[in-house]
Amino acid sequence: MRRESFQGYVRPDGSVGIRNHVAVIPTVACANGVAEAVCREVKGTVPLLHGHGCGRALEIGMHQRALSGQGLNPNVAAALVIGLGCETIHAEAVAAEIAKTGKPVEFLVIQNEGGSRRAARKGIQFARKMADGAAVMKRTRCPVDRITLGLQCGGSDAFSGVTANPAVGLVTDWLVERGGTAILTETTEMIGTAHILSRRARTPEVGQEVVRIIEEAHKRSKDIMGPLASLVIAPGNMDGGMSSIQEKSLGCICKAGSGPITEVVEYGRAPTEKGLVIMNGPGYDMESMAGLGAAGCQLMVFTTGRGTPAGFATVPVIKVSSTSRLSIAMEDDIDVNAGAVLEGQSLERVADEIIELALDVMDGRKTKAELNRQGSILCLATVCPAF
Amino acid sequence: MKPNVVVIKEQDNVAVALEDIPGGGVVAVPGGDEFPAREKIPYSHKVALSDIPSGCTVRKYGESIGCASLDIRKGAWVHTHNLTVEAGPS
Repeated sequence: MRRESFQGYVRPDGSVGIRNHVAVIPTVACANGVAEAVCREVKGTVPLLHGHGCGRALEIGMHQRALSGQGLNPNVAAALVIGLGCETIHAEAVAAEIAKTGKPVEFLVIQNEGGSRRAARKGIQFARKMADGAAVMKRTRCPVDRITLGLQCGGSDAFSGVTANPAVGLVTDWLVERGGTAILTETTEMIGTAHILSRRARTPEVGQEVVRIIEEAHKRSKDIMGPLASLVIAPGNMDGGMSSIQEKSLGCICKAGSGPITEVVEYGRAPTEKGLVIMNGPGYDMESMAGLGAAGCQLMVFTTGRGTPAGFATVPVIKVSSTSRLSIAMEDDIDVNAGAVLEGQSLERVADEIIELALDVMDGRKTKAELNRQGSILCLATVCPAF
Repeated sequence: MKPNVVVIKEQDNVAVALEDIPGGGVVAVPGGDEFPAREKIPYSHKVALSDIPSGCTVRKYGESIGCASLDIRKGAWVHTHNLTVEAGPS
């Protein structure tokens, strides 16, 4: 019988990490240089560089939540938050939010420290202490119900919805049936399936939320692209045999398996319910993964048909290819080949392979994206232009 | 013959071709059913597993992906020429 536990790092708030990173989080892009300088000097630190934190209005709350969420993620053992001083998102507020977990957290403000080099020196002292503390933390056995799995697809092809996504759907069912959590996102890729997903909602209120976010995504695509919206939603899909937007989206949502939907959360917000959760978010992989990281996913499964090397700084990403052709063409990046289904392998067998690897990755085995050191930049979803 | 189509859910009435199947060529369904393709089924496109009368649901992933806009015969290619989206776009 398969094991249903893994060796994880238990955090003071009871959450469990499968990695033990010291995250260095700039609250604004202007602080990236200092964050990098700190991480160059201190082993075990990860810089979460990004291009945001100021100059916007509508999404400041969302970005503050998403940046705090990077520190809240259970894979982060300790966090150093670095601000400039005049930006909209304050380092102190982000640090205070992360500190609620009981993890070691420090912040510094470049304008208060006397500039880049002095700020970096102080940051290095903080980071060294955090890294030393993280280095002696031990893994202990934890049940898989502590895991929140992020579901991602990108660079899809005609077989993503036939091989890789249904196999991942079985993995989702396996985890959810054992009390874990899985998050389906990329709302644009749910267009056409609101009636199907809302039927699976645990309560009528959750069902209404599902319909609302999908209708909003559909309206936004039409507002921005006009008559070209359908092409944006389904580029090249007709040639690949997709006959309707429902058909294409059904291929995407099957990553979420067959269980009931327990909750709908906004971008970068951690679920309060277990089970299958939908996060409202963009279809752009990099922004989507940043939202999943902020929502507390310790692990992601990412299906791809065309192939993408993308990973995430603090969260291992397991890549599943839709065809054997891709797994050979991009062997450096693909962890599991679901294309074996096209050669007669059962979906269950491929799902088993993903689960076995996922358990090893939870114990510490590195994914291809980790070995390739993918995840050098944090891309946050945006909804308005900068001013 | 080795299967050359995939059926995603058992209640589906279409399957996905794993190779170009020529008109008159054999459609080999996992589980053993074999029947001729009525026309060319391109790689990654859909073939009808049974007769689907006009107005009836075309089912893939165990869900409706639209309605037959014409009588679709077993072994026919299923695409936008014989399938219409029934419900609203969301």
